[in-house]
Amino acid sequence: MLRPQHPQGSAERRCTTIRAKRADYATPSGRSTIGDRRETIRSSARKRARVTNFICHRNMQITASTLAGAARLISGASVRWIDCEPDSCQRVYFANHTSHLDALVIWASLPHEIRSLTRPVAAKDYWDRGPLRRHLALDVFRALLIDRRAIKVHNSPVDQMVRAMGDTYSLIVFPEGSRSPGTEIQTFKSGLFHLCKRRPDLELVPVHIDNMNRVLPRGEFLPVPLLSCITFGPPIWLEANETKQAFLERARASVVRLKDQ
Amino acid sequence: MNLLQRTDAYALGLVGGVLILLATGTAVGQLLTRRAGSGLDPSLIRAFNLRVRAWWLMWSVLAAAFLIGETATVVVFGAISFWALREFITLTPTRPGDHRALFWVFFLFTPLQFVLVGIGYSQYGLYSILIPVYAFLFIPARIAISGDYERFLERAAKIQAGLIICVYCFSYAPALLTLTIPDTDYDTQLLLFFFVVIVQFGDLAQFVWGRLLGRHVIASNINASRTWEGLAGGTLTTMVVGALLWWATPFEQPFLAAAVSGVSTVMGCAGAMTMSAIKRDRGVKDYGEFIVGHGGVLDRIDSLCFAAPVFFHLTRFFCL
Repeated sequence: MLRPQHPQGSAERRCTTIRAKRADYATPSGRSTIGDRRETIRSSARKRARVTNFICHRNMQITASTLAGAARLISGASVRWIDCEPDSCQRVYFANHTSHLDALVIWASLPHEIRSLTRPVAAKDYWDRGPLRRHLALDVFRALLIDRRAIKVHNSPVDQMVRAMGDTYSLIVFPEGSRSPGTEIQTFKSGLFHLCKRRPDLELVPVHIDNMNRVLPRGEFLPVPLLSCITFGPPIWLEANETKQAFLERARASVVRLKDQ
Repeated sequence: MNLLQRTDAYALGLVGGVLILLATGTAVGQLLTRRAGSGLDPSLIRAFNLRVRAWWLMWSVLAAAFLIGETATVVVFGAISFWALREFITLTPTRPGDHRALFWVFFLFTPLQFVLVGIGYSQYGLYSILIPVYAFLFIPARIAISGDYERFLERAAKIQAGLIICVYCFSYAPALLTLTIPDTDYDTQLLLFFFVVIVQFGDLAQFVWGRLLGRHVIASNINASRTWEGLAGGTLTTMVVGALLWWATPFEQPFLAAAVSGVSTVMGCAGAMTMSAIKRDRGVKDYGEFIVGHGGVLDRIDSLCFAAPVFFHLTRFFCL
């Protein structure tokens, strides 16, 4: 849990190799590489971010920064990036789910300029309860609230996620679906797979949250200020012809691996 | 020169003296780093530089608290204590059933202890028993109410140990401020400064003596660098320094200052050994990463925690 970070050099090198591999995979006929496409996406994302920031109410920004600071202080989170770096390209951060504060803590541990481009996906039945929670969820960290009790075919959570992302935003998702009761990470729900089918260009960044289940366990409403640890791992992609089962298993394994790193 | 002015001059002497020592330490460290081929072990130089940097931090905190006043000092010590307890409990396996007990430990007992210390010596009767009696009874009772009996005694004992070491013992350092030395104008801020300087110096002296002629390691499984020779040499050196700094203490005789310094050094070593043993058991090197490269807060204050209550009671015995 409390090990030194990987040397920066090796992380970069590995990251480049992964990207190079992806580029090979994506250009069977010499079209633009994933790297090029990412560059365009990134620059358009930056442009949009400027506009959003300008429009965004100044108060909200201050609240957001204060909230992020408070979340970091309460969770005492130390943040590690292993073979991965903060980037404004469109990503899906997927993490194990142990506490109500998970989404907030991951969101808060991202660098400021990435944070404004990242929206957590959260349960409507928790965050829509009471005016304060609703205000925080919708106005401050602009969460995408999913109603777990009324899932419809024509407006599925995956549709909502794709719409919410547009070509700018990244998402924070918890593919376990609900908070896991023990320390074991449960099997992933299929939403992540369907999202990738629709948007195969997305980078999937595994995130492991350690100790948050002790900060605010299930069924408790008062947090205990222990120190937690957030680990971002090397991105994965949905491979061509990969089955749902295999992909979800691989995604889960990439989070589990971070636990021991 | 009246007594008050004399105390001010002493304070300035002690604070300024430490400042000069730290500046020298930094300069020496930088010089050794630049001259890589000096034949000294590079890891040794690195360890030295890290220590000097941690002392700078400690010195700044103390000096700032010195300037702002007594209440600020107690608040700063309270915050350090809270963070140390955080690191301790994080490394201690607890179960969901301990959650409510931990909540009260963090948000009631820890602040209350420092509030009582801040109110002053009139509360000595309460702050000296708040944690060893009331918190000790409360913790197992609250865990029992939660209904989880697995490894019950072990879990209660772990929380109790964390609270005693990180909060109760450490709170005796700012409690030094609440002492009033009869028939003098002695400023107890100076006493706190003397205490921190002596314990830190004791640590350094043990480290240096252990490097120079360490042969017999106390317990290689716990801490490979603490030796009996280091402990003996460090204690004697610290006693000499304590006697030389006698003018800054409320003790009547230099040998008393020396004796108290010696005891504090031995207690500091005991503290460092105890906390090392806990770290080894949990399989980690440091308690946290509060400042990168320095380990956690608890790694820095372990010797202070063990020395503070003994120093407090010796002062109370000899000077009050």
